[in-house]
Amino acid sequence: MKDFPFLSILTLLPLVGAIAVALIPRAKAELAKTVALAWSLVVLVLSIFMWIAFQVDGDRFQFRESYAWIPSWDARFTFAADGIALVMLMLIAILFPVVILASWHDVDKSNRSAPTYFALLLAFEFTMIGVFAAADIFLFYVFFEVMLIPMYFIIGSFGGPRRQYAAVKFFLYSLVGGLFMLAAVIGLWVVGGHTFDWTKLTEAASSIDQNTARWLFLGFFVAFAIKAPFFPFHTWLPDAGGAAPAGAAALLVGVMDKVGTFGILRYCLSLFPEASRWFAPAALVLGVIGIIYAALLAVGQNDLKRLVSYTSIAHFGFIGIGIFAFTTQAGTGSVLYMVNHGLATGLLFIVVGMFVARRGSNLISDFGGAGKLVPVLAGVFFFAGLASLALPGTAPFISEFLVLIGTFTVHPAYAVVATAGIILAAAYVLWMVQRTTQGTLNPALTEVPEMKKDITLREKVVVAPLILLIILLGFYPKPVTDVINPAVQATMQDVGVEDPGPTAVVANERVAR
Amino acid sequence: MEDLKLPGIDYGALLPMLILFGAACLGILVEVLTPRRSRHSIQLTLGFLAITVAFVAVIVQHSTRKITIGGAVAVDGPTVFLQGAILVLGLVSLMLIGERSIERGGPFVSQAAITVGSQKDLKQAGDQPGLTEVYPLTLFALGGMTLFVAANDLLTMFIALEVFSLPLYLLCALARRRRLLSQEAALKYFLLGSYASAFFLFGVALIYGFAGGVSLAQVHASVANPERSQVLLYAGLALISIGLLFKAALAPFHVWTPDVYQGAPTPITALMAACTKVAAFGALLRILYVAFDGVRWDFQPVLGAIAALTMLVGAVLAVTQTDMKRLLAYSSVANAGYLLVGVLALNEEGLSSTMFYLVAYGFSVLAAFGMVTLVRDADGEATHLARWAGLGRKSPLFAATFTFILLAFAGIPLTSGFTSKFAVFGAAVEGGQTWLVIFGVITSMLLAFPYLRVVVMLWLSEPGDSTPTVSIPGFLTSAALVIGVAATIALGVVPAPLIDLTRDAAQYVR
Repeated sequence: MKDFPFLSILTLLPLVGAIAVALIPRAKAELAKTVALAWSLVVLVLSIFMWIAFQVDGDRFQFRESYAWIPSWDARFTFAADGIALVMLMLIAILFPVVILASWHDVDKSNRSAPTYFALLLAFEFTMIGVFAAADIFLFYVFFEVMLIPMYFIIGSFGGPRRQYAAVKFFLYSLVGGLFMLAAVIGLWVVGGHTFDWTKLTEAASSIDQNTARWLFLGFFVAFAIKAPFFPFHTWLPDAGGAAPAGAAALLVGVMDKVGTFGILRYCLSLFPEASRWFAPAALVLGVIGIIYAALLAVGQNDLKRLVSYTSIAHFGFIGIGIFAFTTQAGTGSVLYMVNHGLATGLLFIVVGMFVARRGSNLISDFGGAGKLVPVLAGVFFFAGLASLALPGTAPFISEFLVLIGTFTVHPAYAVVATAGIILAAAYVLWMVQRTTQGTLNPALTEVPEMKKDITLREKVVVAPLILLIILLGFYPKPVTDVINPAVQATMQDVGVEDPGPTAVVANERVAR
Repeated sequence: MEDLKLPGIDYGALLPMLILFGAACLGILVEVLTPRRSRHSIQLTLGFLAITVAFVAVIVQHSTRKITIGGAVAVDGPTVFLQGAILVLGLVSLMLIGERSIERGGPFVSQAAITVGSQKDLKQAGDQPGLTEVYPLTLFALGGMTLFVAANDLLTMFIALEVFSLPLYLLCALARRRRLLSQEAALKYFLLGSYASAFFLFGVALIYGFAGGVSLAQVHASVANPERSQVLLYAGLALISIGLLFKAALAPFHVWTPDVYQGAPTPITALMAACTKVAAFGALLRILYVAFDGVRWDFQPVLGAIAALTMLVGAVLAVTQTDMKRLLAYSSVANAGYLLVGVLALNEEGLSSTMFYLVAYGFSVLAAFGMVTLVRDADGEATHLARWAGLGRKSPLFAATFTFILLAFAGIPLTSGFTSKFAVFGAAVEGGQTWLVIFGVITSMLLAFPYLRVVVMLWLSEPGDSTPTVSIPGFLTSAALVIGVAATIALGVVPAPLIDLTRDAAQYVR
């Protein structure tokens, strides 16, 4: 089973599905939805098999496949996954069926075509899997840019009132980042010996002169920082997240933004170790600013989706400092955070979407006391909020904790300031929940018939797997950390950082075993 | 009396050009000898036949590397490749030119010399069949272009320049609708083109003074000789360059482009954007790589500044356009800037990537202008951007295809636009022109904006009352669009064969 071409099949499956769904006539909306859901479940099943086949103690990169593409540039279809990519692929495979099911009625009220919407979702899954599975920088770049297109149309054609503005802003920001990266990729290709192969380039990277490496690092970093998004490149996300349909917004912050942090781990750190160390202080400062600044802005939002988008920017600040603290503990925490954030914020967006679909408005002031009408949904919302603020017992707590102690061992000051972000997180989440579901019932709510329908069976099926996973990983994260740990250690070795503290012992034990 | 010694002529190597010129002359005879009714089909068939046979001749000659007719013509890798490119792109242009089902009588006037706005003019705009002289004119233009990229001495190059320019001046004036705009475009193109030719000729004269000859090999040898007059060299090179930069639409010699592109009949615009660009850059490549590579350190910064200016002007002015054809015109100016970045790499990579770019861009731009011909209302083509709002609702297939072409122009991966940009930028970094690449990347961001605006217009805007209809393309236009779009996809997804082809071809004979 180890030689099974998991990654290429996993990448191509959603593309085939997208084409198939797109060809379904517009009138047969139910069929399109069913096919899309079934297709994403097939992808999920395949990725579960891949998860089983992955050997925790095996090579850093597994499931390697390589096919010729443009020989004269040495660009190849090379796929390979390390532990970090594997957990991200798993996250994608889990989130997509959930989101497709959650988006079931999103298109019904508009006069847009349902097959197009679900085809775009599958096309987006194709680009997402591709970007994490690619081990050739050219191929990675191709997916990195192409993923804009389905999301652009999802936001632009199916989004809320400010969708045009948000879609264009999203596209331009990402494209600007992409072009910076293009310049860096070309530069890397020329100085790195005319190849795009990640492995060959990491070997060649040490001979790149320091000044060039720093420029190339910055090219990649800007692209990833816009994608992630890190402060100060974050301004597109609240607009995009606010305008996108709730399911797509969940994918936007749950999966797509992870490309940024993943790219930093895989490409910035490993290819330009010296430049990464050089830039780390600045990145840490940006991360801490992001945590505090976005959390403060989140407190002041009156739009539910924008609020969740801002919380997401704050969380990315945590992931950022975890990466640039350069300890295995913090790094593992960051990768775990990437997974948990996908689950928790994904859930939060989906639940917000359920509220918004019922009320027909994003504004918190249009709610108030909704818990009296839809108690179960309000409970799920509360749970999602608690998970998002990293309450102990939920999965994000472990990752946030790992990031903070991992950072504290080397940069105590940053860790202390970042901890203030946790307090702010409590403020924005609890206040959001309170204003929306608690307190006196807003009389306007009772006039909306949909608001009297509590969570439906379909919606239960949507939220149940996410809630289960959040609790499960909150108490027993080992299956994930076991996969992540070796990859993070290898990345930290690439950077050339001596690992302080207890994690080094763990690493030695692993070697001994 | 001494016998006149004639140079040896390799007719095989010249065959593609001879076929085109022969067919063009035959086309004139057809005009004289056949009845008006049957001329269109005869001319169209003749045109397709001539181009196809010429293309076959090019393929047969693909491994020829020689200089013939006394050094006037060089048939080498770049010549063969660029001639092939001109012919293929010319064939697709001819499909657009020959289309008569979208508009009754085709896109051309039936009589060019009728006073605009008169009764006769209204009548001819209504239903009379268009001129068939356009076909021989097109063949002459294509013949001139194939000679232009093969010219191995400056005089031959000048003659070729005139041979392909004059028919284009005429063709620009022949639009069926908006006669004044079309005539103005032709006049503008003619006047400015004549100046450019004059500059070119003056430059040739100076270079003759400098080198004592006009063949590129002789110029190359003289450049290496420090005894010769450097003033003549630089003045000559500058004047020749102005002529070529004009044809290639590089800033600051680009000002004719938007007006001419807008005023000319759209199929002719397509022909100019695709084929003329190949020819102009083909000649520019040959002049710089073969004759003047000895002074590369001197012209590189100057042309670098021109490339930067071109990219900037094209990108910035494209943002402000409200007319589809003008937008595409400025985008083609910006693309000329990217091409010049590739040219300035001044290495084999630069040569091959520029040739790749020319072909890739040619197909995309043909498809783009082909699609412009389809959006119509009662007054002909509706090119004002605001009119395109909401077309995605009414004609999703059209809008999707056009969006794809725009994404290609914006350089999104999996389209030819990305691969070609990657190729030229890679070559330029290799050639030490990193600053140009950075500039190119920045202007690409600017240039993405107008394309995105059109995409927004197509998909995200509500259709207005005056949204024009998208005509069902006839067979010829459909074929042209399919070829253009297919090439844009293919060169984005599997560019390897063409890249290899350009690499094999990237060797000049001197």
